[in-house]
Amino acid sequence: MTNENSGDVRLSGISKTYGSFTAVHPLDLTVPQGSFFALLGASGCGKTTTLRMIAGLEEPTSGVVSLGDQDVTNLPPYKRPVNTVFQSYALFPHLDIFENVAFGLRRRGIKSVKKQVEDMLDLVQLGEQARKKPHQLSGGQQQRVAVARALINHPKVLLLDEPLGALDLKLRRQMQLELKRIQTEVGITFIHVTHDQEEAMTMADTVAVMNAGRVEQLGAPADLYENPNTTFVANFLGTSNLIEAEVDSRSGDDIVLKAGGGKLVLPVARCSAPATTGGKVLVGVRPEKISLTHADDAGEIPAGRNRITGKIADSSFIGVSTQYVIDSAVCPEFEVYAQNIDRDSRLVPGADVVLHWSPAHTFGLDAAQDIDAGVETAEEEAA
Amino acid sequence: MATVTEVEAPPVAPKSADKPPKKRGRLVPYWLLLPGLLWLVVFFALPMVYQASTSVQTGSLEEGFKVTWHFQTYWNALSDYWPQFLRSVLYAGAATILCLVLGYPLAYLIAFRAGRWRNLIMILVIAPFFTSFLIRTLAWKTILADGGPVVGALNSLHVLDVTNWLGFTAGDRVLATPLAVVCGLTYNFLPFMVLPLYTSLERIDGRLHEAAGDLYARPITTFRKVTFPLSMPGVVSGTLLTFIPASGDYVNADLLGSTDTRMVGNVIQTQFLRILDYPTAAALSFILMAAILIMVTLYIRKSGTEDLV
Repeated sequence: MTNENSGDVRLSGISKTYGSFTAVHPLDLTVPQGSFFALLGASGCGKTTTLRMIAGLEEPTSGVVSLGDQDVTNLPPYKRPVNTVFQSYALFPHLDIFENVAFGLRRRGIKSVKKQVEDMLDLVQLGEQARKKPHQLSGGQQQRVAVARALINHPKVLLLDEPLGALDLKLRRQMQLELKRIQTEVGITFIHVTHDQEEAMTMADTVAVMNAGRVEQLGAPADLYENPNTTFVANFLGTSNLIEAEVDSRSGDDIVLKAGGGKLVLPVARCSAPATTGGKVLVGVRPEKISLTHADDAGEIPAGRNRITGKIADSSFIGVSTQYVIDSAVCPEFEVYAQNIDRDSRLVPGADVVLHWSPAHTFGLDAAQDIDAGVETAEEEAA
Repeated sequence: MATVTEVEAPPVAPKSADKPPKKRGRLVPYWLLLPGLLWLVVFFALPMVYQASTSVQTGSLEEGFKVTWHFQTYWNALSDYWPQFLRSVLYAGAATILCLVLGYPLAYLIAFRAGRWRNLIMILVIAPFFTSFLIRTLAWKTILADGGPVVGALNSLHVLDVTNWLGFTAGDRVLATPLAVVCGLTYNFLPFMVLPLYTSLERIDGRLHEAAGDLYARPITTFRKVTFPLSMPGVVSGTLLTFIPASGDYVNADLLGSTDTRMVGNVIQTQFLRILDYPTAAALSFILMAAILIMVTLYIRKSGTEDLV
């Protein structure tokens, strides 16, 4: 339905300031046609402002917004080929579902809307509810109406502003899959704003993690998760164990580091910071990559793995896995998620353990950053 | 007014039969109703009954009035004073429309555009109430005085030629014409239009405007299709709050009008206080009340079912 690249969204140096507060620092971003793109960040990080600048609801202080080859920076929202699914939906309370969905078509002077509206309501499985008013529908149904109302216009880009925020967890999971299905079906570029990292990773092809008005890192979800470039991304996207270490030597493609008397190995390719001998680096590892062995069996651990000794401070059984908090010399709260396959009954709080993982699962970050960046925001958002 | 838009909820039934709530607790709602009910009985219901009986009495002040079920009074009142009734409806209707035309943009401005000036403008809207109704109406006598600046300006702009032709004014004066009465009514009842309009506009979620714009509606279409329909409750209550008191008003017609602009309120006042023909005055009051009730019901029926949220 659209030419190649005509659905590309290009932001060049756009920024937004309110008085002395900078909501979005000059930002360059290209969202390719047909992709499902997520802007992820805590509240107040500028993600919604960025989205509203694309929609035309907010005027950028500087920079250019382009759709395909068209500069739309100065176009009012009603002239942009872009539609938005608003947070808490903003359905017109005085119109029924049919008229809500038909609204955009009617404004563009299309007379015979019946067929299109009915097809669209079928797509979101609300054909039966056409004559009801929005307040008669459940949250999930209203959300689907909001999606249908935007999609029926075949926008070049669909903007979703925390569209699932008001739904309960189970419904949210369901709607995530639903939205993903619709996006694949219609092939329109989706830009999705969310503070829920799981939601962003489930749905999007590309995720941009935003913090304090800047994009911290951009990439495919798995890539962001495995190779965070900053402590903020490491902590905000899932959980990371970060250890401060000193660079000891280089051996081939590996960096050898000293941490708390022990040695750790980090592949050079996975270190985003300059590693000069004697310099500091933050070593990170994800909790599920770590194996836990009772100190008595330490001899059975294969050679060549990174090791850290510690004591189990806490453990909680959550079904598929058990989450341990380990008190170690290098990090007071080391988190380990162990799959519940063969549970070692000796692994209880107070037990001495050895943590070990493959050097390939280690990543390195610049030690000049705040080691706890993104921890609190992630916890706040989860609460 | 509340009875127009809201249905009073019946007292909540106890949740389970085997556990009746304490007797005192159950009676609390009725105790809370009591002062208001007493007030209404003494100052509304009883006077209504008294007036109703007055309207079917005959007699004179010297000999005293007796209930004779003389319904002829109603017919006589109506046939004698129908021009005043008609005038009341026309003047009140014109004032209501003017109030809506003037008040809507003002309420819209306060609700959406005033920002930090909002409270100040609200105070300015209500400020006239700090002065007596009579004084304010008398002030219009000065404003519209013959040969005054307003009349002079209207004259030189040839507005008076138009209003003369329409029969709203006579010669080169505004005072003592229908225009003056309608102006006074509009001025005096404007706050009653602005306040409910503001309340219902202010309640509209700003994101609905954004959503309409996002869905290709120009600002004017957004107003026509979203803002105005959603403000209908305010439009209905504003027009009622303006029309109902304006159609019974006599002060404006008395101070700003002439014998040719007498409204039904003036007639009732004269019958009660000067001619002392209580039955006719009471009958006129009931006819006015019935007329207003019928018009209001039709109006709410028409505007209320589809578009009111």
